[in-house]
Amino acid sequence: MKAIVCVKQVPDTSGKVAVKEDGTMDRASMATITNPDDMNAIEAALKLKDETGCEVTVVSMGPPPAEGMLRELLAMGADKAVLVSGREFGGSDTYATSQILAAAIKKIGVDDETIIFCGRQAIDGDTAQVGPQIAEKLGLPQVTYVADIKAEEKSLTVQRMLEDGYMTIRVQLPCLLTCIKELNQPRYMSVSGIVDCFSKPYEIFDFNTLKDDPLIDLDTIGLKGSPTNVYKSFSPPVKGAGMMLEGADKDTCDKLVALLDEKHII
Amino acid sequence: MAFDSRDTAAFHGVWVFCEQRDGKLMNTDFELISEGRKLADELGCELCGVLLGHNVEGLAKELGGYGADKIYVCDHELLETYTTDGYAKVICDLVEEKKPEVFLIGATNIGRDLGPRCAARLHTGLTADCTHLDVDVEKYKAFLKTTSTIDVDNTVFEQNTNLKMTRPAFGGHLMATIICPRFRPQMSTVRPGVMKKAPFDQAKADAVVVEKPAVALSKEDIHVDVLEVKKAAKKLVDLIGADVVVSVGRGISKDVERGIQIAEELADALGGVVGASRAVVDAGWMSADHQVGQTGKTVHPKIYVALGISGAIQHKAGMQDSECIIAVNKNETAPIFEVASYGIVGDLFKVGPMLAESIRTLKASK
Amino acid sequence: MDFHLSKEHEMLRKMYREFAQNEVKPLAEEVDETERFPQETVEKLGKLGMMGIYFPKEYGGAGADVLAYAMAVEELSKVCGTTGVIVSAHTSLCCAPIFENGTEEQKQKYLPKLCSGEWIGAFGLTEPGAGTDAQGQQTTAVKNENGDWVLNGSKIFITNAGFAHVFVIIAITGMTTDKRGRKKKEISAFIVERTDPGFSVGKHEKKMGIRGSSTCELIMEDCVIPADRLLGKQGNGFKIAMKTLDGGRIGIASQALGLGEGAVEEAIAYTKERVQFGKRLSQFQNTQFQLADMHTRMQAAQFLVYSAAMKKQNHEPYSMDAAMAKLFAAEAASDVTRRAVQLFGGYGYTREYPVERMMRDAKITEIYEGTSEVQRMVISSHLGVK
Repeated sequence: MKAIVCVKQVPDTSGKVAVKEDGTMDRASMATITNPDDMNAIEAALKLKDETGCEVTVVSMGPPPAEGMLRELLAMGADKAVLVSGREFGGSDTYATSQILAAAIKKIGVDDETIIFCGRQAIDGDTAQVGPQIAEKLGLPQVTYVADIKAEEKSLTVQRMLEDGYMTIRVQLPCLLTCIKELNQPRYMSVSGIVDCFSKPYEIFDFNTLKDDPLIDLDTIGLKGSPTNVYKSFSPPVKGAGMMLEGADKDTCDKLVALLDEKHII
Repeated sequence: MAFDSRDTAAFHGVWVFCEQRDGKLMNTDFELISEGRKLADELGCELCGVLLGHNVEGLAKELGGYGADKIYVCDHELLETYTTDGYAKVICDLVEEKKPEVFLIGATNIGRDLGPRCAARLHTGLTADCTHLDVDVEKYKAFLKTTSTIDVDNTVFEQNTNLKMTRPAFGGHLMATIICPRFRPQMSTVRPGVMKKAPFDQAKADAVVVEKPAVALSKEDIHVDVLEVKKAAKKLVDLIGADVVVSVGRGISKDVERGIQIAEELADALGGVVGASRAVVDAGWMSADHQVGQTGKTVHPKIYVALGISGAIQHKAGMQDSECIIAVNKNETAPIFEVASYGIVGDLFKVGPMLAESIRTLKASK
Repeated sequence: MDFHLSKEHEMLRKMYREFAQNEVKPLAEEVDETERFPQETVEKLGKLGMMGIYFPKEYGGAGADVLAYAMAVEELSKVCGTTGVIVSAHTSLCCAPIFENGTEEQKQKYLPKLCSGEWIGAFGLTEPGAGTDAQGQQTTAVKNENGDWVLNGSKIFITNAGFAHVFVIIAITGMTTDKRGRKKKEISAFIVERTDPGFSVGKHEKKMGIRGSSTCELIMEDCVIPADRLLGKQGNGFKIAMKTLDGGRIGIASQALGLGEGAVEEAIAYTKERVQFGKRLSQFQNTQFQLADMHTRMQAAQFLVYSAAMKKQNHEPYSMDAAMAKLFAAEAASDVTRRAVQLFGGYGYTREYPVERMMRDAKITEIYEGTSEVQRMVISSHLGVK
């Protein structure tokens, strides 16, 4: 078997979120982390490596500083890392991103026993779209919201979470899975992993590396090629000081619930 | 004629994917049909539902009752249980044939699996988990006036009838309105529970047109086997990942069992889990994995309810970044009110159950 | 001169910190309160390579350096002084003397299991009558007719004793005369296993701080060990002990460093929150100046500790550096943790907050592995002041 894990570096929204005057996210001033669901994806791949000795390659699209994140994943136990980076790729929406990542994955190599692991969704966009779109671009079956994986010969039996239960699905290889946090508890980097991570294979795929792939068409990648564009972005009104409700009876409760409903909190 | 998603003029009509599980429609279907009706009226076009399954034709009328003009019923035994491959093929075939302008899908676990797969195949944009949709610019401006800090009157807006799809990003710290101007259909997954359901209209239900397109699907198209579908997920007590946390504090000491029960009921009503302050854990009333705070877990759910928690610094450190904090405490000077979005000064034993009831009532009405 | 950490060290720091926050901090209070040795943490530390950080991979170590080790003890001690000293005593006082003085067979036999955390290590030097005065040893080791060593005597205040599998023990193997013809004890070092006949672990000490650390007496009554357990040359025991303590001081200095830094972090967070007289504590100039002093002291301690660690790594003489690092870091930690309690006021004195524990934990760093007075002796002798 062979594992390829797609990961994204995202701003750490658990701390303070910085917003610029124009309403866009001030990414530069925020700490970055590996997207949490992607950590479950890497852990799933590393578990498979523990069981079968398969090779684990991590791939990310992002600016050159994303190397730091990829080195951390190598320190956790991944064998190779690929950073897909280039000006031509900037501003891509999920559709464009999935084309670029699919091209990169083809370059890494998908064989009959390859499993591609993605996180369910990234905390900066919360779209959950790139995984399925990569699967489509590669023509592979997908299972999303994976909460359990059992590897068999040439197939996997996985649990896919639904809101009201789960499905047990057998999927043929090669395939793509998107992982949720219930799947596992990501491991820590190890000391020896950190010592070794700087000498493991690390490659950068830029536009020239991938340009021969039919998916890499300047009309369908990058900011200009992306099907979706931002029309407006804005910040919700500042969270004011708290509101003390009058009374403590049923009316008060109804009023509170109505307020929560109005603001789409429930 | 080959399908070309760039030929925007060739696309007409608003579509809603009507998800059914076990032959039952989902609440989101009615919400999206109701919302789709408004958009179709603004665009002056037809509203169609797309219903996939096996022996599900009988569900079409109900969808009509919420405003659908037509339901495409794609019936096939291989569609009985959801598979990405089967559903995506049938839907994409239909889209390629009929060319809708707008295509809405509920952002359920299934919708968010299906939507991106179809958008990628159709070569068009998809906006995830939308909480607001507009076609008309004036209506969009009115929306911004109440929900944003933008100076709407002094901002230039491009006039068009593109679907304006608004969604939260960065955990709700930022809102973005997305458009898909060059490709069709304009696709959006829509957050369940956000769009208002219209009143059911029997006359419309009776008038709905049912069309049954041919379904070209074989076993070879589907690369997965669904071995089992199980209802009722195992209950995961995961404070950190929970969207809703209802925590109890020393205030439950009067009747610990009842206090915890009230929290559980409220958590059930909100779809969340129960947490506790350090005092509760130290007293042995609840196990340590429930503890929120500096020495416990740090949580940032969408809703945090603090029942009978005074709000010691060590507790606040673990929950103050929650998106919405509701505090109930008898003591009006309790520090928890300093971080609360909404505060009620009262007895948790009285307020807790009433609040749960209000929430259940609201949810039932949706 | 470069005061920047390498990328590797930055990553190690991040990993240590995540581990300490998630796995060690949640146990710290309970470990202290119930005087419980956190065995489960040791297993996790072993898996991550933190029980043998600076030993080569061929012996099961993680292949990092002494600075990486110092940083590990520092980060663990920021949240739990007990966990910090477990790693320090194990690494510096047991793995290090075996690695530095052992035969190839001894290294192959002991280091892989010690570095993986499967075995815990300890060091037995101190005796009821020989603490700071290491020459006052009473434990003896005598060769019997089979060529085995027979040990008799007892050791006290032995860190990790209750849970250790391997002990480096210092004992008298005879009398010699020094260059000036004076009679002197011949001291040697041995490797003793917990299961060796005649070896037992005695009374567990109840302590003021680092209460989860297992501090016990060791008793050797006709404890017979094979000849190949002699560590280093016969008669080299005193040298081995002193060199081991030099290294150990880097570990304890790192523990003190972490405790002080942990207290500063807690105090900063608390004073930003706590309101008195209508202002946050952090808005009072006294708080600001206190925290500025506290941080500065710990930063100075960090430079001394890291510099000593790097000298050891580079095989430069570091005995004085280690002594200075331990002296300064220990005194700084005691001072800073005490000031942190003061900033917390009444809450600081309660076990609701961790600073009183840090203050209790910090005190021992001025005492064990050479008291501050001993460090001053070491430093002044290096200065040629006799």
